[in-house]
Amino acid sequence: MLRMISLIGLIAVSSVSLAIAQTPSIEVQHAWARATPAGAKTAALYMTLVNKGPTADRLLSAATPVAGKAELHTTIDSNGVMQMRPVAALDVQPGTPTVLKPGGYHLMLMGLKGPLAEGQHFTVALTFEKAGTVEATVEVEKVGAMGPDSMPGMKM
Amino acid sequence: MKQEREHRFVPVASALCLLGILVAVMWWAEASQFRGPASSTRLPAIGGAFTLTSTHGTTVTEQSYRGKIQLVYFGYTYCPDACPTMLNKIASALDELGPLAARVQPLFISIDPQRDTPEVLAQYVESFSSRIVGLTGTPAQIAAAAKAFGVYYAPYEIADAPDGYLMDHTSAAFVMNVDDYFVATFTPDTPAAQMAARLRTLIAQSS
Repeated sequence: MLRMISLIGLIAVSSVSLAIAQTPSIEVQHAWARATPAGAKTAALYMTLVNKGPTADRLLSAATPVAGKAELHTTIDSNGVMQMRPVAALDVQPGTPTVLKPGGYHLMLMGLKGPLAEGQHFTVALTFEKAGTVEATVEVEKVGAMGPDSMPGMKM
Repeated sequence: MKQEREHRFVPVASALCLLGILVAVMWWAEASQFRGPASSTRLPAIGGAFTLTSTHGTTVTEQSYRGKIQLVYFGYTYCPDACPTMLNKIASALDELGPLAARVQPLFISIDPQRDTPEVLAQYVESFSSRIVGLTGTPAQIAAAAKAFGVYYAPYEIADAPDGYLMDHTSAAFVMNVDDYFVATFTPDTPAAQMAARLRTLIAQSS
C-alpha cells in the first residue's frame, strides 16, 4: 500500500514536472491581422510576444493554415523609402514585450488561400529557439485596423 | 633603338589614359551630385504633369482634380503593411472631416502596374474608403507620374513573395492645394488627427 502511494506520488510529481517543462515560456498576446481587401495575396500578422521565462528566446519561424508561407519581415522607412525586408529571427527578451505592429515587425503571410474576413479566427504556430512551438489564435479585424489601440480593453 | 622608344612611350600613354578616366569620373560624380536628390538647398518641385487611368475607368491628368485638395500617395495592392496603414489613416482623416471631405481628393497611384489593373486597384481602395480613387497606367505613365512627384520605387526580389518580388517605394503622401501646388507631406508617422487638422486649414484657406 505504502509502495503504491509512493508510486502514485512519483507519477504525480513527474507528470507535474513534465508539465512545467512543456509549458511554453512565451505568451502570445493580441494576435491580429487586418481583413484583406478583395483579391489580396498577402497579409500581415501582428502580435505581442511576452517572454515569461528567465532567459532570452528568439522567434525563428511561423506557419498558419490560411497561407502557403508565413515569414518574419520588418518594414523600414529608410530616408523616406518604405522597404520590407525578411528578418532571420526576432529576439524576445524576458521583461520586455516584443511588439509586432503596423510599420514594423510583422509576419508576412504569402500565398493566402482565401481572403481574411473581419471577425474570422485562425491559428498560427510560432517556433521559438527555446520555447519550441507555441500556438496562438489570430483575430481578423477590419481592413483599416491599426492594432492594440483599436482593441477593446486596451488603451494606449 | 626604335623598339626601346616605343617601350618608354607605353607607360606615359597609360598614365595619361588613367588621368583622363579619373577626371571624367570626378566630373561625372560632381555633376550627378548636383542633379541628384541629395541637394537639399532647393525647394522640392513636387507635382506636375501625369496621365493615368482611374479606378472609375476614366483617363485623368493633373488637371482633373483642380479645385480640390489632392492627397497623393504611391503604393501597391500587394503591400501588406505600409500601404494599408497609410490608406487607413487617410480614410480616418476623411471621416474626421465629415462633409468637408468632399473638398479633398485622395489618390492612390500604383507603382506596380504589372499587377495593379484598374479592377484590382478598385477593389483594393474601396476596402478603405469609397472616396479614394486608385490610379494606374502603363509602366511609362507610372514612371512619369512618379518622376513628377519625386517618388522612388523599385522591385525587391524575394523568392517567397507573390511573383517573386515586393516593391520598395516612397513612404510619404503629398498634399497639393486647389491650385495643384505642393503644400505638405504626410509621413507614416503623421497621425490621422493631424492630417485632418492640416486639411481643414487648407480647406479654410481655399474657400
